[in-house]
Amino acid sequence: MEHLLRRYGMTLTWVCIGLTFFWLAILVLLPNFTMLESSFRPYLAKVDEGGPLDFYSMGNYLKVLGNDVDFTVFGFVFQVPVRLKVFFLTIVYSAIVTVITFIMAYPLAYYLAKIVSPKSLPTLFLLLFVPLWVSEILRSFAWWIILAFKGPLNAVLMSLGIIDVEIRWIAGFSPVVIGLVYTYVLFMVFPLYNSMQSLDTNQIEAAEDLGSPWWRTHWRVILPHAKPGIASGAVMVFMLSAGSLLVPSLLGSTTSGWFTQTIQEIMLGSQDWNAGAAFAFMLLLACTLFVSLMMRVFGVKLSDIAK
Amino acid sequence: MQSNRNFLFHLYMGLFLAYLLIPLFVMGGAAFNASKLPTIYPWKGLTDQWFVALWNDNRIWGAFRNTLLVAIAVAAISVPIGTAAAILINSISGRVRSILYGLMVAPILIPGVVIGISTLLFWSHLSIGSGLHLSVLGQVSYIASFVMLLVLARLQSFDPSLEEAALDLGATHAQVMRRILLPHLYPAIGAGAAISFFQSIENFNVTLFTRGGADTLTVYVFSKVRSGITPTINALALLLILFTLGLAVWYEISRRRKERIELAHEAEGLRAEAAVH
Repeated sequence: MEHLLRRYGMTLTWVCIGLTFFWLAILVLLPNFTMLESSFRPYLAKVDEGGPLDFYSMGNYLKVLGNDVDFTVFGFVFQVPVRLKVFFLTIVYSAIVTVITFIMAYPLAYYLAKIVSPKSLPTLFLLLFVPLWVSEILRSFAWWIILAFKGPLNAVLMSLGIIDVEIRWIAGFSPVVIGLVYTYVLFMVFPLYNSMQSLDTNQIEAAEDLGSPWWRTHWRVILPHAKPGIASGAVMVFMLSAGSLLVPSLLGSTTSGWFTQTIQEIMLGSQDWNAGAAFAFMLLLACTLFVSLMMRVFGVKLSDIAK
Repeated sequence: MQSNRNFLFHLYMGLFLAYLLIPLFVMGGAAFNASKLPTIYPWKGLTDQWFVALWNDNRIWGAFRNTLLVAIAVAAISVPIGTAAAILINSISGRVRSILYGLMVAPILIPGVVIGISTLLFWSHLSIGSGLHLSVLGQVSYIASFVMLLVLARLQSFDPSLEEAALDLGATHAQVMRRILLPHLYPAIGAGAAISFFQSIENFNVTLFTRGGADTLTVYVFSKVRSGITPTINALALLLILFTLGLAVWYEISRRRKERIELAHEAEGLRAEAAVH
């Protein structure tokens, strides 16, 4: 702090503090506190606010219960509240998306970091960056075209003789997963690449010279070194998937509810902002838990993730 | 064995690039198909009618203007905030620093839906209704984090003794900031402004909840996709992709030219050295 004062003087120091305060207090902390506080209050008409009906309760959170539907897990049928089911499935499918992107990104990141000649790297990165600059909505829209019932994918597969009748792709969660993987796989590639790139190639060669088969070199040398990258990529992909509203709305069907869609319906459909706040807070909590879990499992700090 | 394995990796890279790029070609191609539904199959003949329709669509141009205004505002607010925050956190240490750092990084990890709802609720408590101004504030809350991280990374390579020297030579505080610190940060600030701008254009979740009745491009395209879509959107998408590609190619060319110039300088230096000896 004295460092700041001595270099830039009173005025500029206060400007720095003021701007930072505005950001963290007014734009980040207070809105989130307001949301938390509202989530415990009932949804009332303007005149009843502050009146006898206005007291704190868990009512909004309990709205996630109710409307039981069948939920089948490994052949067992449970009676589960529909919104709880949607919440649960959102988490599960986001985790599946995270795993798929990791499997796809790992060889690619390794190739970029250790195999390809450094000369062609800039061109490859440029090609990889192009889809990243095309907005998310257009990328999922592209898959909406490809997966259409009478669309190009079915036509190609039929003409190759792989399938005899058209497949209805837009059904259940698979199109949502396909769309999310396509949209977010690069958020796994780049952190993995960054962490692998800092590994000394001599270590890989030493392992190979000492007779380690390729899979053990990966398991014992490269994977442990890439831990921060894995954590960072997993956190990004999971958060973006669980928080995505565009992809599930565009590629989803009636049988694939996403929790963000539930929130949107409550906020903009029924206009119940208090229940919306409660559900948004549940989503935030789930994501926070996932981040802490990743940090614990991979033994990394927040500053390693945010790179 | 080695070359065999490398061949597989090259193949995978090629497949991955195809996987990334083919959907974009499909989408662009559909803009020229005379079919009423956006698709490339079945092909019903070449047409430019969707580009004409796009040109005549006033709502799109309104949404486009709103998007640009929001993006400019977001960049204009995020850059000073992110830069100030980075300078501040770089000058402190210990527990306060890690708490502040956590707070500054956290917004990146908050789902956009949550940011949108919390911003809407907070400002409506202060009797400020929804609209694009709230979209700007909501977007700044997490986009400033990107700027902060970029500037903070750049500050690591800064030599503080330069500032000491300037102060010893009688520079004022404002001069130290303007003539010494900021010029060193300009690359990061420029990158931060570009990232803010593009992140804002991309944004959907925050905007959807805070926009009030106003349209931005993503919100408009989204409403179109749900309520009867025409290939006009593909025409728009193709133009956006071409614009992006143009920027990327221009960046790559200027990078290569810079590299060549540097190499030439180096070669010249070597020749001069040889001549002296």
